[in-house]
Amino acid sequence: MATEHSRTAARLMVSPAVILLFLWMIVPLGMTIYFSFLRYNLLMPGMESWTGFDNYYYFITQHAFWDALVNTLLLVGGVLVITVVGGVALALLLDQPFKGQGIVRVMVIAPFFVMPTVSALVWKNMFMNPVNGMFAHIAKAFGLQPFDFLSHAPLASIILIVAWSWLPFATLILLTALQSLDREQMEAAEMDGASWLNRFIYLTVPHLTRSITVVVLIQTIFLLSVFAEILVTTNGGPGTASTNLPYLVYAQSLLNYDVGGGSAGGIIAVILANIVAIFLMRMIGKNLET
Amino acid sequence: MSRKTTATRQAVVTVAAWTIGFLIFFPILWTIILSFKSEGDAIKAPLDVLTSTWSLESYHEVQERSNYLKHFWNSVVLSLGSTLLALLIAIPAAWSMAFVPGKRTKDLLMWMLSTKMMPAVGVLVPMYLMFRDFGLLDTRIGLVVVLTLINLPIVVWMLYTYFKEIPGEILEAARMDGANLRSEILYILTPMAVPGIASTLLLNVILAWNEAFWTLQLTTSNAAPLTQFIASYSSPEGLFYAKLSAASTMAIAPILILGWFSQKQLVRGLTFGAVK
Repeated sequence: MATEHSRTAARLMVSPAVILLFLWMIVPLGMTIYFSFLRYNLLMPGMESWTGFDNYYYFITQHAFWDALVNTLLLVGGVLVITVVGGVALALLLDQPFKGQGIVRVMVIAPFFVMPTVSALVWKNMFMNPVNGMFAHIAKAFGLQPFDFLSHAPLASIILIVAWSWLPFATLILLTALQSLDREQMEAAEMDGASWLNRFIYLTVPHLTRSITVVVLIQTIFLLSVFAEILVTTNGGPGTASTNLPYLVYAQSLLNYDVGGGSAGGIIAVILANIVAIFLMRMIGKNLET
Repeated sequence: MSRKTTATRQAVVTVAAWTIGFLIFFPILWTIILSFKSEGDAIKAPLDVLTSTWSLESYHEVQERSNYLKHFWNSVVLSLGSTLLALLIAIPAAWSMAFVPGKRTKDLLMWMLSTKMMPAVGVLVPMYLMFRDFGLLDTRIGLVVVLTLINLPIVVWMLYTYFKEIPGEILEAARMDGANLRSEILYILTPMAVPGIASTLLLNVILAWNEAFWTLQLTTSNAAPLTQFIASYSSPEGLFYAKLSAASTMAIAPILILGWFSQKQLVRGLTFGAVK
């Protein structure tokens, strides 16, 4: 129905967004790729030289890379398990009618709006600090030795902090999905004598599958680039115990001034994220068809 | 019998939901409580903290010591500035994709989404060097541009899903009546699109306010928003619990309130319309 005239106008209106995003995608990424093939250290300006795949070789063969890769996967996997399992349980609970539903909902969602630096510092100091933290006080009250979370279990502690921030997101989306579940079908199954467990497995879970997939994929994208929580709690330490890929790239390029090596690490992070992205795009692409 | 089990069941659900809700909210509540205590009281055992005197002292000290208002203002400028700029670019784009879809509209949307998949560390080095060379490090204008670009795909997508719901027949009717493109947009679309635009604005202000990769990398003091300001408490100095709590409370309060109003939009915006 659209006329030639309105088509041209439409194209003109889309173009600023497209051009800007295209530049944003191509210019810095192109520069990263270029840098990743250079021997380039910020402390030795003017000494840049072509080194081929050396940066990639050195980046991948250092111990820190494999530690960071494992930590990245543990962080993503750990947070996903906690938030999806917790989110389903919590969504099922909040979907029941009870007094003060609105208030409880607001309390559950709140952590999502807390900026990463605040949540990390609050947990680090007020809860996990081995001298004055809440957990230390509780341990002392029971006559136990306080546990130094961030020195002895740094990655697990960070997983806990990040999971706390993302649990509301999973809960909210799964709750939204649950509310579109067919009540009549549920009641019919109940009348026919289907047990709670059977109703859950054969009705609820299939209904939630799609939303769970969306939660997993979207969280993965954000979790692959967790940074602030690590920066303000452990600085990636002790050693590399809590260094993930983004933090390693940051440390190598901006703390050690190794632009070439950091760029190679950045490209590896991009490749890793793209593998995840392909799945997400398919998922959302399917949704567009309907 | 069955009425009794329903009543018991409801009681169990109520208690369980309130307990879990309270536990999840507790870290925030505790931060707010500590912010009204003196430094000496804030590190006491939990029960002693509750019975100690309340004061506003930490709030005064935070403001005196570090000029909280400056960072608050930076957060406002950055989040609102980048969101408005993104809306300015995205509204025409989403409008034309929703109402004059071409053969490649779907591909274009997917491509826009794909730019969001690029992890920030992938472009950290060139962005940092460009900012350094152009003198943009620690400036608000540089950061507004970056935040606009990272949120632009979400803004376009959210607006697109909202615009899609506006019935196209209305536009055709208007066109029949001789409305031109300008009046079509001004008198028909705008009023119908305002709720969607408002939701998009709200969600993106929240996302930009809490953005903690670029704001930490590209600012130090002058343009530093609250994310960076709070991060400065990670030094040993941060062991001043009351001051850290006061600063944290002030940093999250505005967005917590905005966030509670935007629950529904949050789901839609962050799932790119895949869950409504």
